[in-house]
Amino acid sequence: MSEEVKVPVKAAKTEVSPGVQALRDVVENVYAEAREAKKRGELVGWSSSKFPCELAEAFGLHVVYPENQAAGIAANRDGEVMCQAAEDLGYDNDICGYARISLAYAAGKRAAKKLDSATGQYVIDPNSGKPLKDDSGKIVIDTVTGKPKKDPKTMKPFTVVDDLNEIAKLPEGEEKERRTAALKSYRQMVMPQPDFVLCCNNICNCMTKWYENIARMHNIPLIMIDIPYNNTVEVENANIEYIRCQFEDAIKKLEEISGRKFDEERFEKACANANRTAKAWLKVCDFLQYKPAPMSGFDLFNHMADVVTARGKVQAADAFELLATELEEKVKTGGSTLPFPEKYRIMFEGIPCWPKLPDLFKPLKENGVNVTAVVYAPAFGFVYNGLDEMVRAYCKAPNSVCIEQGVAWREGICRDNKVDGVLVHYNRSCKPWSGYMAEMQRRFTKDLGVPCAGFDGDQADPRNFNAAQYETRVQGLVEAMEVNKKVREGGK
Amino acid sequence: METIINEFKEIAANPKKQLAMYKKQGKKIIGVLPYYAPEELVFAAGMVPFGVWGSNNKNISRAKEYCATFYCTIAQLSLEMLLDGSLDDLSGIITPTICDTLRPMSQNIRVAMGDKMPVIFLAHPQNRATSYGLKFSVNQYTNVKKELEKITGKEITDADILESIKIYNASRKARREFVKLASEHCDVIKPTVRSAVLKAAFFMLKDEYTAKLEELNQKLAALPICKWHGKKIVTSGIIYDNPVLLAALEDNDIAIAADDVAYESRAFRIDAPEDIDPMMALAKQFANIDCDVLLYDAESAKNNRGEFVAKMVKDSGAKGLILFMQQFCDPEEMEYPYLKKALEAAHIPHIKIGIDQQMHDFGQAKTAIQAFAESL
Repeated sequence: MSEEVKVPVKAAKTEVSPGVQALRDVVENVYAEAREAKKRGELVGWSSSKFPCELAEAFGLHVVYPENQAAGIAANRDGEVMCQAAEDLGYDNDICGYARISLAYAAGKRAAKKLDSATGQYVIDPNSGKPLKDDSGKIVIDTVTGKPKKDPKTMKPFTVVDDLNEIAKLPEGEEKERRTAALKSYRQMVMPQPDFVLCCNNICNCMTKWYENIARMHNIPLIMIDIPYNNTVEVENANIEYIRCQFEDAIKKLEEISGRKFDEERFEKACANANRTAKAWLKVCDFLQYKPAPMSGFDLFNHMADVVTARGKVQAADAFELLATELEEKVKTGGSTLPFPEKYRIMFEGIPCWPKLPDLFKPLKENGVNVTAVVYAPAFGFVYNGLDEMVRAYCKAPNSVCIEQGVAWREGICRDNKVDGVLVHYNRSCKPWSGYMAEMQRRFTKDLGVPCAGFDGDQADPRNFNAAQYETRVQGLVEAMEVNKKVREGGK
Repeated sequence: METIINEFKEIAANPKKQLAMYKKQGKKIIGVLPYYAPEELVFAAGMVPFGVWGSNNKNISRAKEYCATFYCTIAQLSLEMLLDGSLDDLSGIITPTICDTLRPMSQNIRVAMGDKMPVIFLAHPQNRATSYGLKFSVNQYTNVKKELEKITGKEITDADILESIKIYNASRKARREFVKLASEHCDVIKPTVRSAVLKAAFFMLKDEYTAKLEELNQKLAALPICKWHGKKIVTSGIIYDNPVLLAALEDNDIAIAADDVAYESRAFRIDAPEDIDPMMALAKQFANIDCDVLLYDAESAKNNRGEFVAKMVKDSGAKGLILFMQQFCDPEEMEYPYLKKALEAAHIPHIKIGIDQQMHDFGQAKTAIQAFAESL
């Protein structure tokens, strides 16, 4: 379920601040170091986003995160072909899109540029690319079709799925070279295959079978940390004891996998880093309390990649602290990374539809709506002191807590971040998350007096998102917020 | 024999009548949602455990207030029945949380029931066979026990639980025996009958059920083993109790040799030990369940479950397998590719038929069953 990826909605070509750049570099390095480690013959693990990263970090193991990878692949518009590739392997299209992408990838499927087998050239997608402009900057119209002509330089080949295992079996020669060259090479599409897997089902139970499938595909060890679902805000001591014992078992298994003894000092360091990262992350999130906010809440979705892939690393803590300093400065000077004036403030509930970020952003921008609250803020702010508190922290994932805790988190940030409304993503990929949202919506309206609107979508499979429905729902929310605003202003 | 079969059929088709009957007898009845709740505790408390696995005769209406469309209909229709008054005679309901639909559903049910009835929460451990996993199960089951004691107003003693375990073990044994006999006498125990007999267990006190089933088993055992000229298959999935689907099997001379179905054999494969602390015995019973789509496999790198089902097909003498795939059931869906792999490796033909409890058009399923029967 969770995570985040580096695909800025707006600022792709603009220069970013040193803090944002540092955050981007941290994630880039996690992938790059894993690739290098694999080349050197070292082990690389795949981990669920809320597995206690401190454990693997204590062994200096290289770990990458399939959820972050799947979000990245989806944001790079390859979610659909990878999901279809998983479906061809027998995984139903009802299964979480991240899981499908990851399972297809684990099986050796890769997004590739379509080749014409006769010519060896790429087959260009006529619908891709940007309109051609003349010297004066005017769009050139095709006299035959009456539609704008495409700039050939911006047109791209169709995307297809190829199979690494098939390519490996080809004899050395032109076909092998061509097909290898056609494979896409952005970082998420060249993530090393796993030597072990680390599974924690605090975010969902789908994770359990997803990782078992990967373990079977690669015949590799799986370490399972089972976090039972909670029905109360307080976590019972029995749960803590059960999970703590699993941590101890996980350490033994990691000793076997790595061939190294558990390094307590390194573990303490990782915990200290994770705490620093969490605190800095929460500090960054808290800047959304300012009105107007010094950033777009969508930025947080991007920065989530660091919390997921590197929260036990000192570089992530440094980068978030740097970003916090920059935001502090922006508050002083009144600046913001939001590319439009903030008229309304909302909570965006759920994981974004990564393949459709521009579509998500468009009607928000048109209506001056800034996302100033996302549940990721408290959900990844793991601050703890000592092992028992650490265990307790890992029990508090969005999909492992009771409705009262879920509502309290959300209403807390809605109040602190002064939202005017809530936009709820009914995410077809995430049953545990979306499963009690209807009741939550009722509570938000009752407790906070703010309107809520829901839309159907998917975190990774673009086939489950309808831009027209989304726009209508946003429009409805904006109208309701406007009415509320007038009533409030009238009351003054 | 026909009388007993008809009784089972009547009970399986009319759970509401059964509920009213127990209520009239002055008994308290506890709803039990899927999967693996320790029903033995309910029985030990002197109450009636009552299976709540959705319905083939309801439409989702009130449950829409809580659920988006992409949730398994078993869970949605269970909530529907709690909301529409069908289950008002219950004195409480146990909500396990072992899949991603049941997690939030436990919350929806608790909210929806409010003061109407106690909702007893249950979180099973996935690392269940370790010493700490067993301890956690005992802890969870103790919570369930305490909640049941509040409802019944009396203490559930170890002796009560042990007695209940013995009755449940006998019931599981009788059902396993019935499954075997149903295959040997598949001319009498056709899919519709087989389903009804096993389904009735969810709506009857287990001692009453077992006595009746043992009687049926005896009568079946006395019959000569039938020479079946139709096809024999193994069924797999969560539940396939829809009369139209069952009739489609019969119409195509398909008999069921064995099953890997949550509503059927998965529910009674494993007994609880009778010679240890009874709460620990219940924990061990759960811990010993394996090769199950809902449960973590500690030997993850192996294809244990797929191979277990393939072996079941071979051992039972079936010629193929029909997987009734419950729509939106992630655990079943996730395990399908490796089930398929194991079946193919063992040269066992199979089909996968998508089903749910809101199905109205059975044309495609019937055609698939017919074509499969012809291919065997």
